Amino acid sequence: MTPDIGLILGIDGIATGSIYILVGLGLVLIFSVTRVVFVPFGDIVAFSALTLAAIQLGRLPGTVYMIATLAAVACLVEIGHHLRRGQPRRIPRSLLYYGVLPLIPAAICFFSAGANLPSWLQIPLAIALVVPIGPLIERIALRPLADASVLLLLVVSVALTFGLSGLGLLFFGPEGFRTKPLTTEIFRFGPVILTAQTILMVATAAIFSLLLFLFFEQTLIGKALRATSINRIGARIVGIRPANASALAFLLASLLGAVSGILIGPTTTFYYDSGFIIGLKAFVGAIIGGLTSYPGTALGALLVGVLESFASYWNSALKEVVVFSVLIPVLLWRSLSLVQVDEEDEEVEG
Amino acid sequence: MSRRAVIVLALAVIALLAIAPFYATSFTITLLNYIGIYALVALGVVLLTGFGGMTSFGQAAFVGIAAYGTAWLTTAEGASPWLGLLFALALTGLVATLLGAVTLRLGGHYLPLGTVAWGLAIFFLFGNFEALGRHNGLANVPPIYVGPFSLEPTDAIYYLIWAMLIAATILVGNLLGSREGRAIRSLRGGVVMVESLGINVFRIRLITFVLAALLAGLSGWLYAHMSRFVSPAPFDLRMGIQYLFMAILGGSGHILGAVVGAALITLLEDGLQDLLPLFVRDGQQLEVIVFAVIYVLVLQFARGGVMPLVLRYLPRRTRKRIAAAEPMPRRMMPKPGSPLLKVERLVKRFGGLEAVSGVGFDVAAGEIVAVIGPNGAGKSTVFNLITGALPSDAGKVVFLGEDITRANQRRIAAAGIARTFQHVKLRSSMSLLDNVLLGTYLRTRSGFVAGALRFDRAEEARARFEALRQLERVGLGADPNEPAGNLPLGRQRILEVARALAADPALIILDEPAAGLSRPEKRALAELLRALRKEGVTVLLVEHDVEFVMTLVDRIVVMDFGSKLVEGAPAAVRDDPRVQEAYLGSVA
Repeated sequence: MTPDIGLILGIDGIATGSIYILVGLGLVLIFSVTRVVFVPFGDIVAFSALTLAAIQLGRLPGTVYMIATLAAVACLVEIGHHLRRGQPRRIPRSLLYYGVLPLIPAAICFFSAGANLPSWLQIPLAIALVVPIGPLIERIALRPLADASVLLLLVVSVALTFGLSGLGLLFFGPEGFRTKPLTTEIFRFGPVILTAQTILMVATAAIFSLLLFLFFEQTLIGKALRATSINRIGARIVGIRPANASALAFLLASLLGAVSGILIGPTTTFYYDSGFIIGLKAFVGAIIGGLTSYPGTALGALLVGVLESFASYWNSALKEVVVFSVLIPVLLWRSLSLVQVDEEDEEVEG
Repeated sequence: MSRRAVIVLALAVIALLAIAPFYATSFTITLLNYIGIYALVALGVVLLTGFGGMTSFGQAAFVGIAAYGTAWLTTAEGASPWLGLLFALALTGLVATLLGAVTLRLGGHYLPLGTVAWGLAIFFLFGNFEALGRHNGLANVPPIYVGPFSLEPTDAIYYLIWAMLIAATILVGNLLGSREGRAIRSLRGGVVMVESLGINVFRIRLITFVLAALLAGLSGWLYAHMSRFVSPAPFDLRMGIQYLFMAILGGSGHILGAVVGAALITLLEDGLQDLLPLFVRDGQQLEVIVFAVIYVLVLQFARGGVMPLVLRYLPRRTRKRIAAAEPMPRRMMPKPGSPLLKVERLVKRFGGLEAVSGVGFDVAAGEIVAVIGPNGAGKSTVFNLITGALPSDAGKVVFLGEDITRANQRRIAAAGIARTFQHVKLRSSMSLLDNVLLGTYLRTRSGFVAGALRFDRAEEARARFEALRQLERVGLGADPNEPAGNLPLGRQRILEVARALAADPALIILDEPAAGLSRPEKRALAELLRALRKEGVTVLLVEHDVEFVMTLVDRIVVMDFGSKLVEGAPAAVRDDPRVQEAYLGSVA
C-alpha cells in the first residue's frame, strides 16, 4: 500500500465514519434517555435513502403507507391507554400528536406524487416523512415497557428489527436504489482528491454534532433530557415527563438517522434491509465510546469507518468480519477496565 | 387436573411421539425433526438466559460451527459422522470458551451486543471460506449410521433427534437441581452476594455458556446429517434471534419451555407459510412482521412465556420431606480468646470522600462484637472491606493469621468468614431451602458432571438436611419450599443469617440483622447468637437497636465520620461523653 492509497482510504473512511457518527450519536441519545439499545435504528437510515430515491423518481414512496400504518397502530395504542385509565378526554390530543402530525408530510407527498417537485424541496420532504418513524415505534412497542430492564428492552428492540425489515420489504420492495448525487464537484489538493460529497458528509456530521452539543448544554429541554438520562425518578420529581423525554429523544435521533440516509444515499445502492448493518457498525462505534459518551462515540464511529475502509482494501469480502471482530478486543478492554458494580435485577423476565 | 391425569397425559404424549412414524405423514415427521433440532438449541438458551441470566443472540453461530465442522470433516476427509460429532463438539466448545472468556465478564447489555457481533462475524466467515464452499455451502454430507442401520430416512433420524433431546432435557434438569445448578440459578441478580458464598461467578458463567453452545453444537451436527447439506443461511443472526425467542415464548424459566417454544414457532411458521399467501402476494415479508408483533406482545404482556400459563392448570409438585442424613463435617473452631480478626488502619475513599479513615480493631475468637455509629459513619463500608466486597485503599486485615487485605471474596469466604448484607441479597424466586443451600457451596464438592448424572445424591442429601437444620434454627423451618420473595423483609434478613450459618463459618458478619424484626423475633435472634458463641462461632455485627446490642455483645466499637471513636465494653461505651456527643450532639 502506497501512502497515496493510504490517504485515499483514510479520507474514504472518514467520510463513512462521519455517517456512523451521526447514527452513533442517535443511538447514544436514545440509549441514554430511554435505556433502549435501539438495534433497528439503521433501518431509519435506509428508509430515508429509499424515500428520497422514490421521490426523485417521481414515485410515491412506501414510507407514506408505512407511516400511515404505524400512526394508525399508535393511535389505537393511545386510545386504549387513555380508556383504560378512564381519561377519554385526552384522546383528541393524542390523535393530534400520533395521528395527524406524522401524516402531514405523508399527505403532502401523497397528493404531490407524480408532480415533479423542485429538488430543494425533495430532501426536506423525505426527511419529514421519515422522522415520525422513530417516535411512533417508541410509542407502540417501547413505551409500554419503559420500566423494564435494559436487557428486556434490548430483546424487544431486536424483535423490532424483524418487524421493520418486514415492513421495509412490504413497502419498498426488494429492488435496490441509489439517490442522485447531491453534488459532483471535485477538489484537488496536490495528489489528494476530495469530492464535495465527502466534504458535505463530514461537514454535516460536524454541524449536527455541534448542534446536539449546544442543544444539551444551552437549552432547557436539552437539560431536561440529560436529567432524565441520569435519573428518571429524579427527573419526574422536578416535573419532567419521562414519556415526553423519550418521545423527544426518538424524534431527534430519527432526525439524525434521516439526515444520515440522505447523505449516504448517493454513495451506495440501498435495499430495504441495508440499514441493519449500518446501525450495527455505528453500534460498534458507540460501544467503543461506552454507549453513553457522545465524544467517545464520535471517535469510535470514526475509527470504525477508517477500519472498514482499510479492511475492504485488504479483503473486501471479509471487511464485515473485521469490523465486527474488532468489537471483541474492545469488549475485552472494557471488561478489564471495568469496576465491578452490582447490577441487580438485570433479567429478561420481569 | 389431578396428578394422575398429568402422568397419564405425559405418558400418552411420549407414546404418541414414539410411534409417530407409524401413523404420521413424512411431512409431520420432518416438522417434528426440526422441532427437536431447534428445541436442543432453545434448551441451551433456557439454561443460559432463563436460569443463568445471560442473553445471547448468537447461538445460531454455534449451530453453524458444529454443522460446518462435521460437514467438512465427513466430506473433505471422509470421516465417520460419529467422528464428526466429536470434532463438531470440540470445535464448538473451543470457540465458545474463547468467546466466553472475552465477553462474559461484562454485565448487562454488553454481552448480548457482543453476541450480535460474533453472530454476524462468524456468519460472514462461513460465506467467505473457500474450503467451506463459500455461499454455496457443502453438499453430500453423509447420513449417520448406527452399526449397519442408516439414519438417512426421515423417520429413522427422528428417533436419534428425539432421544438426544429427551436425554439432554433430563441431564439439564438434573444439573439445575444440583449444587452447580443452584450456582447457575443464583447468577440472575448481583454478583457480590454470589461471590461472597465462594462461588466463582466467572467460572460458572463460562461453563454455562459452553454447555449452551454444546447443545447448539449437538443440534448443528444433527442438522448437517439430516439435511445432508450446509450453507450459511440457516446460521445467520436472524436464526440466532429466533432461538432466543423460542425460549422466551415457550417460557425461559422452565426447561420444557424450550420444546414448547420450538414447537410453537415451527408450527406457526409452517402455518403462516400456508396461510399468508392467501392474503398477500409475497407471504415471506408478512411472516416476519407477524412474528415481530407476536414477540413484542409476548414481551409486553406475558414475559414468562407459555409454560407458566400451562403450569397454572397442573397440580403443584408435592415435594418430599427432607430426610434426616448424616450431618456435614464441621470446621475446627479456633480456641476461644485467641486472636481471630485484626483490622489495622483501614482506609477507603470514594472519589474525594474518605468513607473510612484509619479504622482498626481486634476481634478474639468466641466474642460478639458490635460496630455502632450514626448513619453514614462507614460501618457497612468497613464490613465490605473486611469481606473483600470492596478493595481497601490502605490498611491491613488479618484473619486467623492470614493476611486477607487483598484477597477476593471467595478466598475470604473459604477462610471461614460468612456475611449478611445491609440491603438483603437473596434470590427471591428460589426457595428458602435453595437459598440456604447456596451457603453450603464451599462445604460440598459435586461438579457439573456429577450433578447432571445424579452422582451427587448422597452429598446432596446431607447438604439439604444441613440447610433444613439451619432454617429450623432461625425459625424458618415450617415451609422450606416457599419462595424467599414471599417472606417479609425482616425474615429475609434472618434467612440470610441461615445462609451464612450453612457455610459453617468461624466468623459471621451480620449487617443490621435485627432491623425489621418484632420484639420476640429479636429476642430469638439474640438467643441464637448466644448459642453460636457457645459453639465457638465469633460474631461481628452492625446494629442500630441499642437495647439489642447492650444486652448481647461483649464489646462495642463506635464509629463516627469514618473513624473509630471509642472501643470498649457496653457499659463503658454508653457512659462515654464522646459517644453521647456523636449521637445526640454536644451537651453545651
